[in-house]
Amino acid sequence: MDFFDDATPAWYALAILLLPAAGFCWNAFTYRTEFTRKRGHIVPLLTIGTALFCALTIFKHAVIDGDVGDTPHAASATHDAPAHDSGGADAPPAAGSLADPRWSWSSKAHGVVYRIIDTGALRIDAGITIDHLTATMLLVVTLVAFLVHLYSVSYMHGDKRFSRFFAFLQLFSFSMLGLILTDNLLLLFCFWELVGVCSYFLIGFWFEQDEPPKASMKAFMTNRFGDVGFLIGILLVYRMFGTTDLAEIYAGLQAVAEGRAALPPLFGWEAGTLLTVAGLCLFTGPMAKSAQVPLHIWLPDAMAGPTPVSALIHAATMVAAGVYMVGRIYFFFTPTALAFIAGIGTVTALVAATIGLVHNNIKKVLAYSTCSQLGYMMLSLGVGGYSAGLFHLYTHAFFKACLFLGAGSVIHAVHTEDMREMGGLKSKLPVTYRTMLIATMALGGVPFFSGAFSKEMIVEHALMWGWSHGLAHMLPAIVAIGGGGLTFFYMMRLIYLTFYGAPRDQHKFEHAHESPPAMTIPLMVLAFLSFFSVGWPMPFLGGHKLPELLAAPPALASIALGHGADHGHGGFALAFGVLVLSCLVIVFGYRLYKQTYKDRNPGPEVWVARLRPLHTTVSNLYYFDEFYRATIVRFSYATARVLALFDSKVIDAIVNGVGTVGQLIAAGFAAFDRIVVDGLVNLNGTVCHALGSRLRRLQTGNLQDYLAFAVGGMAFVTLLFLFLA
Amino acid sequence: MQPLAGYVFLGTAMFVLGVFTMVTRKNAIYVLMGAELILNAAALNFVAFARYMGNRLDGQMFAIFIIILAAAEAAVALGIVLQIHHHFPSIDVSKPDRLGD
Amino acid sequence: MISTIDSSHLLSWITLSPLLGVLAILFTPREKHDVIKTLAAAFTGIPLILAGWLYFKFDQSQAGYQFFEDMSWVDAFNIRYTVGVDGLSSPLVVLTCLLMFFAVFSSWNIEKGVKGYFMLLLLLAVGINGVFVSLDFFLFYVYWELMLLPMYFLIGIWGGPRREYAAIKFFLYTLAGSVLMLVALIAMYLKSGDVPSERTFSLIALAQKGQAGLFDHGSTLFGMELRSWLFLFLFIGFAIKVPVFPFHTWLPDAHVEAPTAISVVLAGILLKLGGYGLMRVNMTILPGALWENGGPTGWATALALLGMINCVYGAFVAMAQTDFKKLVAYSSVAHMGFVLLGLAAMNPNGIAGANLQLINHGTSSAMLFLLVGVIYDRAHHREIGKFGGLASHMPMYASLAFLGIFTSLGLPGLAGFWGEALSLIGCYEVFPKITAVSTIGLIVTAAFFLMTIRKVFFGPKLPQYAGFPDLSLREWACLVPFGLFCIVLGVAPFLLTDWIRPSVEALASLFGKS
Repeated sequence: MDFFDDATPAWYALAILLLPAAGFCWNAFTYRTEFTRKRGHIVPLLTIGTALFCALTIFKHAVIDGDVGDTPHAASATHDAPAHDSGGADAPPAAGSLADPRWSWSSKAHGVVYRIIDTGALRIDAGITIDHLTATMLLVVTLVAFLVHLYSVSYMHGDKRFSRFFAFLQLFSFSMLGLILTDNLLLLFCFWELVGVCSYFLIGFWFEQDEPPKASMKAFMTNRFGDVGFLIGILLVYRMFGTTDLAEIYAGLQAVAEGRAALPPLFGWEAGTLLTVAGLCLFTGPMAKSAQVPLHIWLPDAMAGPTPVSALIHAATMVAAGVYMVGRIYFFFTPTALAFIAGIGTVTALVAATIGLVHNNIKKVLAYSTCSQLGYMMLSLGVGGYSAGLFHLYTHAFFKACLFLGAGSVIHAVHTEDMREMGGLKSKLPVTYRTMLIATMALGGVPFFSGAFSKEMIVEHALMWGWSHGLAHMLPAIVAIGGGGLTFFYMMRLIYLTFYGAPRDQHKFEHAHESPPAMTIPLMVLAFLSFFSVGWPMPFLGGHKLPELLAAPPALASIALGHGADHGHGGFALAFGVLVLSCLVIVFGYRLYKQTYKDRNPGPEVWVARLRPLHTTVSNLYYFDEFYRATIVRFSYATARVLALFDSKVIDAIVNGVGTVGQLIAAGFAAFDRIVVDGLVNLNGTVCHALGSRLRRLQTGNLQDYLAFAVGGMAFVTLLFLFLA
Repeated sequence: MQPLAGYVFLGTAMFVLGVFTMVTRKNAIYVLMGAELILNAAALNFVAFARYMGNRLDGQMFAIFIIILAAAEAAVALGIVLQIHHHFPSIDVSKPDRLGD
Repeated sequence: MISTIDSSHLLSWITLSPLLGVLAILFTPREKHDVIKTLAAAFTGIPLILAGWLYFKFDQSQAGYQFFEDMSWVDAFNIRYTVGVDGLSSPLVVLTCLLMFFAVFSSWNIEKGVKGYFMLLLLLAVGINGVFVSLDFFLFYVYWELMLLPMYFLIGIWGGPRREYAAIKFFLYTLAGSVLMLVALIAMYLKSGDVPSERTFSLIALAQKGQAGLFDHGSTLFGMELRSWLFLFLFIGFAIKVPVFPFHTWLPDAHVEAPTAISVVLAGILLKLGGYGLMRVNMTILPGALWENGGPTGWATALALLGMINCVYGAFVAMAQTDFKKLVAYSSVAHMGFVLLGLAAMNPNGIAGANLQLINHGTSSAMLFLLVGVIYDRAHHREIGKFGGLASHMPMYASLAFLGIFTSLGLPGLAGFWGEALSLIGCYEVFPKITAVSTIGLIVTAAFFLMTIRKVFFGPKLPQYAGFPDLSLREWACLVPFGLFCIVLGVAPFLLTDWIRPSVEALASLFGKS
């Protein structure tokens, strides 16, 4: 019986998802106990280890055992159909239809579904999708997460918030895995923000210091910008298709591409504009999350967090989520949107690589390198290199995690992040040195290391794209090729400054020592994975290379707009040409490094002096921060102040003014009341009083006077009657 | 039968004398005596008019009523006079003039 | 439309049982503080238990009114004592009972005028629940006014330094709205029948007549038709409570001066009355004013625009505040903007979003005000700039504060997100541009809350806060339920949406027709 015949994979996937959540809860709710405080790593290690095991199982069944290749997964073809055709069940996919030919498995077909919300219009049934993309991604994330957990046991040892660190790592793992597993765009957004908030707390983990709180806030805010664009994109998608379920969106767009349906007219835009705008809105999310120019500014600052966090979140997994997301909704991007993505990727790859050349902080160099590699991935996706981009994501995850963990090991040893205070550590940190060197080779794209395969695929696609689109579109290819040299150069510079030459800080050098096994074992595993390239044709993959399994979905948006999507395949000649070209560039990069640093002929100082203005610009990170500070930040603060003033000085003043006018009117009425109305009443009283005070004289109190008055009165009345009668 | 006018003159004289006594005399006893005169003048008039109007009894009834009233009044008034004498050591009616305040 | 499911007078008990508490406290000697507080807790606990019962007995598959009660009251004017709840009001009744109960606990440290305070608090509970359950407009109005007076005294007597100003401002503002509402109420009454015996205050009958178009065709008055006048007057009456942009300035003052528990009630429930009133009266009785000839009218656009202004303006003004409590108060203004956006959408998503936002804001803002109260009790000031490093001093407090703040800034997985997301999704279908601009509010909200976290909780330890104890058991017990609500409603929003869906769909079905 096949693994994917019933709901079993869903339970595995749920275990992967929920175990880290449980680990978070455990650490959060028992943080006062002695066990958690001292041994806060045990439960998290268990949960992430189990998750790794489950991910391996899924990977084994989905990728290794699967009847993989260009045809759909034979065993699953029958029951993956309902998931994809739920949008157009009445029209069964005919031969040559645009149904997704790739294998995928949905838990909904097996009744594992969680209805999270249903308003009568929007209904979100959360399910789990497993395909080659998710299965591989799950494995990468759980593996790196496990290794980082293991590494952190030693790295964070003695920190007063040890257990809390693991709690957040667990929460992050949960969010990241949820992001991978979910089959709904809105839920993807939810997990997307959750990984953001985990990143926020982990960057700001040492919140007593000055830098981390600022960096964490910057990261969250930059991502918030992207997320809002993402959200607007989701709103637009929902408006177009009435759903946020990815399979249903696919079905909806498929119907459009097959000419069975039309997009609703919105804002008077035609379908092309609409799809492009929606795609670009959605892409702002990945732009922020994957640190693409101009929203890349947060990533280098994020290095203020603990180094394992940098390795896990800001190198291997979370920042790659943007790439993953673009891959996940790849069918949705129009050629224009893809060209934009390629452009952004190109700029990022170049800008970040140049900054990496001059920075002196070991982690920041790596951060800019990450940025640049993410640019590569985006570039690749943009030029149609779907599998190349995602494959680069996987290879990058391993060697960049290795580099960061290695950097952490170095920092652990010398207690500084400034490379100017390092040097000559090769002898003191042999394991770290060797693993980092392997990872550097992989990152630099030295042949036979993993990075070389993914990078060459990217270059290949960029070349073909440029070829078919015209000369101006060759820019991504040029940057992709040239960037390889830059990458190799700045990575060798990092290795040189850290490990070679004479120690520049003798005191730190003498106290340096190799890290404990809990830290070096993950390094070695990752170094092995950086070398042992899954880009090779694997016997266990049935002779296929992994990237072949990551076939791109039909480019529905392009087809809907009447474009062809396939750029064709370059064949062996192109691949060989690219390989030679890449080697040449690497050799050039190495020569440059050797001349500058090893032979000092001329040394780096000379180059700096020669290229002074350029160097200043690049060292100041192209003034992005200053620009944002002078515009957006200043504008927000100014707006806030002006509006607050408006609120208190105008609106409140109007309210108080109304009150004052009311009081004035009231005072007027009061005056009228007092002078006129009361006046009349008082006049009455005054007259009476005056009369009374006169007449009271008659009131002598003497009995006989009264009697006399009475008799007099009587006599008067009698006389009156007499006269009147 | 005596003409009515004589009784009326007598009654008027008694009334005027009574009023004059009450207004002029300071001594409370005299004042009381003046009041008696007035009451009796009224009683005389009742009887005279009753006789004059056709020998009816209601005038006599009123006269008897007045006599009883006068007795009661005299008793109460003398009591008050005693109290006044007790309060002010005199029975001069012009002394208690606090009603004017 | 009316389904009589239960006639056990449950709603009357929920509404009026605090009155028994008022009587009981009245006959308690004024110096027996503990007895008074226990009585207050008991007589807010009874409605809470009954509200729990209401939740379980409520038939979530029906759109009509349930637990209906109808008695004659003032026959001369056809005023009746009619109460009942549907999917729109029952969650708010439950929320009210819950918040009043916790309000009693969070005012446990009141020392001044204990007797009067708790009597007024119980009276307030009567008024608020009364408004939510009334189905007779006159009764609604009576309860509406009844609620005003205790609030005035609670702010004016137990408030901060500028309490008199704040209380009078609150009172006059609300009274001005009430007067306009009264005018509209009487106009509707007179319009509802030709002879006195046909006229009615019943919200159900008025809704039927209004939906049949009774108020749609009328003579114009000063160039505006009757329907628009009615809508305007009622809208202003409710808008002041919401509060909608130009009428919002009572809110920060009232919040800042009010004692913690009263702020909680004010933000948690009183603001909801405005949104509820808009749904129950404006939208139900005057649907023609919002949707005509197959499209939204100018009033609907105005509603959406005001919602947008609330979102963006409220957030920006909050950003400039230095007083923690005032910041939270202005954030409420921003959050209520989403309610307006959702209501302006007039579709199931939007209205459901607005309702979710009402409930979620009820829990998250209540939590934030409790949190501000906790720190004010210790530091005796609320200046954001003067705090620092509280995450080291008071870790449990900080954790709960993060939970509250992130709920408030709409983090997915916590309650606040769904209300905002649904409102935006709904509104986007009708007013895409306005919705797009409103999302700026999301960014700014995140900015000022994160700035607050950075200044108050992060940073080095400060010596002046070194001795601060972490949450006491009472504070913890007040905060944790709200935290749980934030999480539960965040991961299982269907608990609410299923509850309100029939009523929301019934309301939304009044619109969208061409």
